[in-house]
Amino acid sequence: MTRTDGTSSVTPVVSAVKVGKKFGGHQALADVTMDVMPGEVVCIIGPSGSGKTTFLRCINQLESFDSGGLWLDGELLGYRRVGEALHPLSDKEIARQRRKTGMVFQRFNLFPHMTALENVTEAPVQVLRRRRDEVHDAAMLLLDRVGLAHKAGAYPSELSGGQQQRIAIARALAMQPKLMLFDEPTSALDPELVGEVLAVMRDLAASGMTMIVVTHELGFAREVGDRVVFMDQGRVVETGTATELMNDPKEARTRNFLKTAFTRG
Amino acid sequence: MAEELDIARLRHVRRPHFGRIAAIVAILFVAFLLVRAFAHGKIDWATTWEFLFWPTILWGLFNTVWMSFVCMAVGIAIGLACAVAHASTNPVLKGAAIFYAWFFRGAPVILQLLIWFNLALVFPTLGIPGLFEFKTVVVITPAVATILSLGLNEGAYVSEIIRSGMLGVDRGQYEAAKAMGMTNGTALRRIILPQAMRIVVPPLGNEFIGLVKMTALASIIGFGDVVRSAQDIYYSNAKVIELLMVPTFWFLVVVTVLTLGQRVLERRFGRGFGTGGAR
Ligand SMILES: Nc1ncnc2c1ncn2[C@@H]1O[C@H](COP(=O)(O)OP(=O)(O)OP(=O)(O)O)[C@@H](O)[C@H]1O
Ligand SMILES: [Mg+2]
Repeated sequence: MTRTDGTSSVTPVVSAVKVGKKFGGHQALADVTMDVMPGEVVCIIGPSGSGKTTFLRCINQLESFDSGGLWLDGELLGYRRVGEALHPLSDKEIARQRRKTGMVFQRFNLFPHMTALENVTEAPVQVLRRRRDEVHDAAMLLLDRVGLAHKAGAYPSELSGGQQQRIAIARALAMQPKLMLFDEPTSALDPELVGEVLAVMRDLAASGMTMIVVTHELGFAREVGDRVVFMDQGRVVETGTATELMNDPKEARTRNFLKTAFTRG
Repeated sequence: MAEELDIARLRHVRRPHFGRIAAIVAILFVAFLLVRAFAHGKIDWATTWEFLFWPTILWGLFNTVWMSFVCMAVGIAIGLACAVAHASTNPVLKGAAIFYAWFFRGAPVILQLLIWFNLALVFPTLGIPGLFEFKTVVVITPAVATILSLGLNEGAYVSEIIRSGMLGVDRGQYEAAKAMGMTNGTALRRIILPQAMRIVVPPLGNEFIGLVKMTALASIIGFGDVVRSAQDIYYSNAKVIELLMVPTFWFLVVVTVLTLGQRVLERRFGRGFGTGGAR
């Protein structure tokens, strides 16, 4: 994993520099700095309330941040720099920037009034203005890729949690994002359904997709993650390969977290 | 063990519904009394029947129906705009929407009808001075005054109904829509409002049915609705009750059609929610 040292000339897909975010008086993110290189799979772990979700939401601008900066594929997010000032972008421009990222939510958030297929075709047709028939074929391929081509006509309420989450992944992929964000994609699932979702994510990682995955699945982080980031109280405490971090954590906080996480599991 | 084997061979008897049977008997009895009362009462049903399809009655019915649709269309357009404005982060838009609902829900409809109809007393002419001007009495006909008062009033109620529908849509839906790169407008149109419709259709149907009957109020400012047509006839032939039965019949017909329409919409927007018989 030599590409993680940041000295290469390749532009990082995500570049976060000292990102800070406060909710009222509470510091949810503090000086979060990290680069994610093309093709890299970064897993974020950490205790509840440590700011993992908030960080993902800042990357796709569902949340604004108060300090620092975020670049996606070399483009500054949320602001335009004019001289020494940063001017906020319009709703339209932010929407355009969001197209580069796909987001998979803990609670799926599929559109319940649309079939699985319509969920996947909706954004390419409405946002990218592509022709419905050409989108349809691409969508069927995606559904096939997540193993659910036979459920194309089913509504979300007719699908299991694992199937819904796989549709949600297909839906995000339909926008051909540069980056996929996963926020605890398996923690709302029954244990026997976790595997099918992780399998899809594993395939996706193998295909070269750049991914940031917030997860409690340490096994997945170890197997698929190029890098694991441990966050606590809004800060990045420690970063390393999965093996380094899990077998030989440098920080006491990381050690404690891993100990409780493993005894819990 | 022997017991378990035996039980499979026994017949399952349906639960008896004594309550339902009692209700049917009671309803039939009351219906019988009512029919008897009206049959022996002093109503000349032949006259009612004679005027049911009378040209002026049908004309009044036509007016009632188109007026209801126009007012509802105005109401939905305004209600939608106000509901979206209310949900907006722009404090001016939000304030305007709140004021609108407060004002038009506050004043009685009959007053609003009279005020619009008598607008000429306040503003003898309407328009932009120098560019174009109209005499108010010419522009504000009974029909226009009815559309303005009932439509604007309806907008206030519809805005609250649509707003409740929008509040009923999960926040995760807005976020998923945005995360897919949709603008606010696209997210509203494609994701939020279609889901809100499911919640909105029953109270909106209610509102529409109420509105159809409210158009009868417009007869006081001289709008020729079906009630007005019936009145015009009984003023000359004195068959009051017989003629009041005529619009009653037609209102029931219109409301029945609307109720069926509501069911169709409920099914359409209930798709995927496992209610309203999707599939
Ligand atoms: N909209 C909000 N308003 C106020 N506080 C918030 C909001 N969202 C998050 N927070 C706070 O910010 C902190 C970080 O929250 P975040 O959801 O990012 O944690 P997390 O690491 O994802 O936790 P979990 O593992 O439980 O999902 C928490 O203390 C949380 O209470
Ligand atoms: Mg979280």
